[in-house]
Amino acid sequence: MSDVPGTTGGGEKLVGIVLVSHSAAVAASVAELATGLAGGGTTAPVAPAGGIEGGGFGTSSELISAAAAAVDRGAGVAVLADLGSAVLTVKALLAEGDELPAGTRLVDAPFVEGAVAAVVTASTGADLAAVEAAAADAYGYRKV
Amino acid sequence: MLDADFFRRWMTATAASVDREAERLTALDSPIGDADHGSNLQRGFRAVAATLEKEAPETPGAVLMLAGRQLISTVGGASGPLYGTLLRRTGKALGDAAEVDQQELARALRTGVDAVMQLGGAAPGDKTMIDTLVPAVDALGGSFAAARTAAEEGALSTTPLQARKGRASYLGERSIGHQDPGATSSALLIAALAETAGE
Repeated sequence: MSDVPGTTGGGEKLVGIVLVSHSAAVAASVAELATGLAGGGTTAPVAPAGGIEGGGFGTSSELISAAAAAVDRGAGVAVLADLGSAVLTVKALLAEGDELPAGTRLVDAPFVEGAVAAVVTASTGADLAAVEAAAADAYGYRKV
Repeated sequence: MLDADFFRRWMTATAASVDREAERLTALDSPIGDADHGSNLQRGFRAVAATLEKEAPETPGAVLMLAGRQLISTVGGASGPLYGTLLRRTGKALGDAAEVDQQELARALRTGVDAVMQLGGAAPGDKTMIDTLVPAVDALGGSFAAARTAAEEGALSTTPLQARKGRASYLGERSIGHQDPGATSSALLIAALAETAGE
């Protein structure tokens, strides 16, 4: 599991973002999109955890754990998931207690809009609660 | 009394049953799901059986904790965290006792089923594995055979229901008339328990 290119964290401790999707392509693309929209300068570390190992749609607890470890800078990790097993697997791992870095939270947010809000906010150096709030606020961006 | 070997044989019997029924589970998952329930669960329980061949946990609780961990890691679908949570919370509730009786197992399983309901947000009547597990755990206070019968009836009871959880819920009324694959695999788990108990 590697970070999306150009998303290495800076010197300050930034909240890490993990994007869990049934599809490896969706997770990687949304990570790339959110990082791109975060603009220049230091961006928060983002890691996709998409699909199952060896390819195919589904959810891999190993990929989620590895992604969370990869973006953990000690400021907490915000996890966004698409649906179904992605959400349930993150919740099950959180319930285990020791599978994800301390300060990891599942954020209740729409996947694409929430990821953009989370990465942009985390890149400003905001704390985990602020990142979580920004991602959750994305539910309120009405389109019509 | 039920010891670690009993629980290991229960998991092995479940793996064998899931192997036999994998095609049927996937077929049930085709009209209302994404046609992977049998293959996902088969992968998971094969991993459980393989791990329990290599490792020999010394208590009933440890057997279920290990089995649940394997399911969370290997299934790849929603049934992984759901069955994984069922077994791990049940195992945790059994504590480190070397042997447990049927009533203790029934109480622990109820804790596990409650954890699954909390994780997935499903209640009885939502056309899920809960419709099998709740009546099965209720009946387990009587006998293993009664639990198996209640589980099988619970699985059948999902056919006329409209799905309110998971992918099947997107189908709305079109989910009516199909037996739920998760409720069906849960009945296999309980049937394997009764088989292991010789009932």
